[in-house]
Amino acid sequence: MADQIYWEDVSEGTDMPPLVKNPTTQQLVKYAGASGDYYQIHYDKDFAKGNGLDDVILHGALKNAFLGQYMTDWMGPLGTLAMLSCQYRGMDSPGQPITAKGSVTRKYQEDGRNLVDCEIWLENTEGQKTTPGSATVELPSR
Amino acid sequence: MSTTSPALTEEMRQQAIGLESQPFTTDVEKGAIIKFAQAIGDENPIFNDEAEARKSKYGGLVAPPTFLRSMGAYRVALPFELPFDRMLDGGSEWRYFHPVRPGDRITVVARIENINERTGRLGVMIITTTVTTYTNQLDQVVATQTSNGIRY
Repeated sequence: MADQIYWEDVSEGTDMPPLVKNPTTQQLVKYAGASGDYYQIHYDKDFAKGNGLDDVILHGALKNAFLGQYMTDWMGPLGTLAMLSCQYRGMDSPGQPITAKGSVTRKYQEDGRNLVDCEIWLENTEGQKTTPGSATVELPSR
Repeated sequence: MSTTSPALTEEMRQQAIGLESQPFTTDVEKGAIIKFAQAIGDENPIFNDEAEARKSKYGGLVAPPTFLRSMGAYRVALPFELPFDRMLDGGSEWRYFHPVRPGDRITVVARIENINERTGRLGVMIITTTVTTYTNQLDQVVATQTSNGIRY
């Protein structure tokens, strides 16, 4: 299991370590099966081209899942995810690595919980934030 | 919205806002959770390994944060036709209240919160904001998901 991060260890502005994902066409097919999203723009290149795209594209929800993994990895086994959001601003295709990055934007206590807000995003190899988002986690205290 | 709107009138908006899907109930299977974790490439033992997950604070396997997305369609049928057949997912905001475990029975209800017409990089688009509520067999809301679907 991942190392545990504690509320005391983070401060506003703390950068989170990046997570690199390497989606493939095979992963898109696996995700289609696991999620039940069989929209053809995610695995049928001719269909995607007929929809004005250059290639098949990642499911937005798969990118959402990458950001979910990014948060659950970072918060460790004792953390709790309270909120996860993202917007699909740019399309991503398989065969290109995509990197989750983020930083702590707010650290506060609310209803006895030690909370941290994070700005997170997925970035392509050209440095474009195709999937900006945010998250709130509850962290354990030492 | 705009009075020059060619596709979506205010009357259509009012017809759509508040519409709810029929509740859809489905069981959370352990195998489905593991398959989902493998598909997204997440090797966290709490999503993959029952024996390891038992040692965690959950005391057993739990579902990854976006697993609920696989619990059923969240799109509510509109009561009118729109001249767009292409669709994209604009994004989501999840709020989590309770863990989702194998054996849970989850009821999914989707509700149209808003619908608007905009012009963006894909031309004229209809953006539908849908709130999906996931409730378990103990009548606990485990999560809500606010998502934006784009028709263009």
